[in-house]
Amino acid sequence: MQFALLIYESPEAFASRKSDGNDPYTGAWRAYHKALVEAGVFVAGDPLEVPETGTTIKMKDGKRGVQDGPYADTKEQLGGFTILELPSLEAALEWAARCPAASYGAVEVRPLAPQTRLRITG
Amino acid sequence: MSGGDEEKVHRTVERVARESYGRLVAYLSVHTQDLAGAEDALSEALLKALAVWPRDGVPQNPEAWLLTTARHSLIDFFRHQRVVVDSEPNLLLLTQNSAENALETNFPDERLKLLFVCAHPAIDPTMHTPLMLQSVLGLDAVRIAGAFLVSPKTMGQRLVRAKTKIRDGGIRFAVPEKRELPQRLDAVLEAIYAAFGIGWDDVAGADQRGRDLAEEAIWLGRVLLEQMPSEPEIQGLVALMLHCEARRTARRDRDGRYIPLSEQDPKLWSLSLLEEAERHLAEAVKFGRPGCFQLEASIQSVHAERVHGGRVEWKAIAQFYAQLIRTSPTIGRRTGYAAAVAEANGAEQGLVVLDSIDRDAVSAYQPYWAVRAHLLQRLGRTAETSDAYDRAIGLAEDPAVREFLLQKRG
Repeated sequence: MQFALLIYESPEAFASRKSDGNDPYTGAWRAYHKALVEAGVFVAGDPLEVPETGTTIKMKDGKRGVQDGPYADTKEQLGGFTILELPSLEAALEWAARCPAASYGAVEVRPLAPQTRLRITG
Repeated sequence: MSGGDEEKVHRTVERVARESYGRLVAYLSVHTQDLAGAEDALSEALLKALAVWPRDGVPQNPEAWLLTTARHSLIDFFRHQRVVVDSEPNLLLLTQNSAENALETNFPDERLKLLFVCAHPAIDPTMHTPLMLQSVLGLDAVRIAGAFLVSPKTMGQRLVRAKTKIRDGGIRFAVPEKRELPQRLDAVLEAIYAAFGIGWDDVAGADQRGRDLAEEAIWLGRVLLEQMPSEPEIQGLVALMLHCEARRTARRDRDGRYIPLSEQDPKLWSLSLLEEAERHLAEAVKFGRPGCFQLEASIQSVHAERVHGGRVEWKAIAQFYAQLIRTSPTIGRRTGYAAAVAEANGAEQGLVVLDSIDRDAVSAYQPYWAVRAHLLQRLGRTAETSDAYDRAIGLAEDPAVREFLLQKRG
């Protein structure tokens, strides 16, 4: 079963992207990634650019609406995602608890939806 | 009625609930064999108290009032339902007792039976601890769910399912007979220890998870001990938990940084808890019936020698671990053994022990990697060291532990 870990990060965590990579948060992420790969559960994943770089489009009454920035204006923002292959939600929550972002922001665990994917991709 | 009085009533209800919840639930459910029903009746009684006590004043014996009220609502429920014929005799007992006992403080403490029901072999072992926390201590599903890393909804459903099984599965509310007692008691002890948390061995930067229920676990241990004072393994479990609890404040410095056991200042350990732990362990040993919890407590007791200025006898610790491994060679025990062997006979020997553990079994076991990194570092094997640290850091859940290991990794 595949699960997505949706990584929500605080502005401080996003700020660490500008560091030289020797900050504890980035270091923790490197280690976490290694642990995922070595445990054989990592499928895919990527960080996202900072929220300010987002552009949101929403059609309303047939008109294009374009908004600078992310869709939801909240303090913690989606900062990346990781897809894991695991036997159960329990196992996914275990890994989510170890994610560095869980200590400073939040991590949402969601199962991927392969059936819905099939309906779209055929 | 002033706001202050109302607050006072609230506090009284909270206090009575905290102190007597388990005793009331146990007493009610032993007579009806229905745990969920007993809990519902008691919460109803608690709600009623919040409505009635501010008006009529807090009764002289709040516990007896709650018991009587809960009992009435149970009796009403049974009369209404008229389905559970089996419970008629119990119901009768409940009704009869209510008259003469209502004002008595000392209704029998049936929590022991309840503990055995919660850890019954017919119940899914993963639910033993959550059931105890809810029915004996009155913890809500949300708090329990958090500690066990499941969603509150799921935990709620699992608790309901387990209680249905207790009611409909003919599980007896009784202390097991002598023949089956050792095994049944083990299940109860394991469940309490599971609440306390795993990975307390505290080897150089190992993660300690599930600590948030430590106090509750000690409470449960004390309840059990009170009811069965001559079981050495109960004494052992309580001693083990108290030893670990004694070091709570020494585990972090003022800035919240993690401090491993070997670097803790023994002056910060709680002397009263340590002494209490030692007393229990000494009691246990008198019975001459050793067991795993006594061994685990003995390991902690060796560490505690530092409080009197003594050195840690790592050889003794290694021996205790070896005995534990003979009973059941869990990864945790083998990791602890490796750490002790390394201290007693050198890092190289410790590493040999670690290498004997199957790698697949430890791919997600944090303490193994923390110990491994520590030993490799001591041997100056630089490249392997940072790799092992990465695994330990990546598997850590506690940000303070993660930070500590990042620093050590350099």
